[in-house]
Amino acid sequence: MSLINLSALWKIVVFGLLAGAGLPAIFAVGLLSLSRGPKTRTAGADSEAVVGGSLAGMIIAAVCFLVILAAIGWGIYEVYRIGHPAPAK
Amino acid sequence: MAGRDSEEVGNDVVLGLVVITALAFDFTNGFHDTGNAMATTIATGALRPRIAVALSGVLNLIGAFLSLAVAATIASGLVDTKLVTLTVVAAGLIGAIVWNLLTWFFGIPSSSSQALIGGVIGAMLAAAGAQAVKWHSLVAKVILPAVLAPVIAVLVAVTGTWLLYRISRSLTSGGRNHGFRIGQIGSASMVSLAHGTNDAQKTMGVITLALIANGTLPANATAPFWVILTCALAISLGTYVGGWRVIRTLGKGLVKIESPQGMASQSSSAAVILLSASFGYALSTTHVATGSIIGAGLGKKGTEVRWNVAGRTVSAWALTLPAAGIVGAAAYGLASAIGGSAGVIVDLLILVAVSAVIYARSRASKVNHTNVNDEWTEVVTPAEPQPIAAA
Repeated sequence: MSLINLSALWKIVVFGLLAGAGLPAIFAVGLLSLSRGPKTRTAGADSEAVVGGSLAGMIIAAVCFLVILAAIGWGIYEVYRIGHPAPAK
Repeated sequence: MAGRDSEEVGNDVVLGLVVITALAFDFTNGFHDTGNAMATTIATGALRPRIAVALSGVLNLIGAFLSLAVAATIASGLVDTKLVTLTVVAAGLIGAIVWNLLTWFFGIPSSSSQALIGGVIGAMLAAAGAQAVKWHSLVAKVILPAVLAPVIAVLVAVTGTWLLYRISRSLTSGGRNHGFRIGQIGSASMVSLAHGTNDAQKTMGVITLALIANGTLPANATAPFWVILTCALAISLGTYVGGWRVIRTLGKGLVKIESPQGMASQSSSAAVILLSASFGYALSTTHVATGSIIGAGLGKKGTEVRWNVAGRTVSAWALTLPAAGIVGAAAYGLASAIGGSAGVIVDLLILVAVSAVIYARSRASKVNHTNVNDEWTEVVTPAEPQPIAAA
């Protein structure tokens, strides 16, 4: 057994970047899409929330947020599956 | 040494005490690490402090049931389980709890997992010498991941932070902060879940080790359900109580953080912790979270990263294994000098006394949900504790 499991290491780095940096980037794209278009406005005088935008922007945003939710769901499922190995025969 | 008979009689009592001590450690693990998930969320105002700790507590509870891969590593991978006795486990836990309380008192985000491993190994060395420790596994499964994980976390968080600011640069700063605060809640929730998955298991591993040492379970056993449940509850309760001193250091001390950086750092932490857990590495969630926060600071130009706080933190990391180990070894030495169940009981009484002293000292310079976000003034306790009328 070598000290560093290189195969695990590169997987953690690559998937870490994809999930840890890629997913928030997709979130940012979603946020940006929400703010595009003529209907963009803030929710009220006190609020800084971005609401609305063009239809295309809203669709892109919805896709982005769904991708993130799906990735999180899949990640949790993977952890559960790996963490509960079938009993050895 | 007490006679063989009295040791046999005492074992059930000692086992019970060891289990309670392990759960106490789990509790300190929870409150020491609340900040890993929630510090930046609290610092940017994405969640109110008490809501944040409550959410984190619940998600830790759920996370504890998610994966059982790490528990196996601790119980069988690091020490020769045939040589472990209840006294060794008790002494190891004492080393871990003392180090956790001291670092909490000084507001240092140090690793509870490393403290636990250090304590158990110190006690094991005192009890059975160097051959009882699986040094190769210790380096491969604990020390190297502990060094690599924060580096990976810095890399991921720098990348994420840079991307977030790049993509969102055309947003107004108000709109950006509002959006990313929502993202922060989601990513902080993932870290809480990951923390439960990763850290609750370490105590499950230790209790399982104690049950094996006592002959209650066979040598290659996995954690029974009651162990999983009690550990999940203990870490969740600890998280809810909230280690406000450590939260303050992570949220206000290390980096002056904005909400996009908070989201980037927590996403990085969640991804690295969950991925490592799925490979069975008992890495420190604290090391990862701290690395991610520093990375988030480095990812945006002009962010103030307080390197003196970071340096102090990393020094504490280097000390954790040996310091907890020395306390663990000393506790074992004392217990075996007294002998039998009485030795363990004396050890635990000293632990209770030390804990009470540290707690009493902490009351004098209180950090809690009311002043956790006060301006950073080089020490963890805010400069002028303002009496706040209503929370």
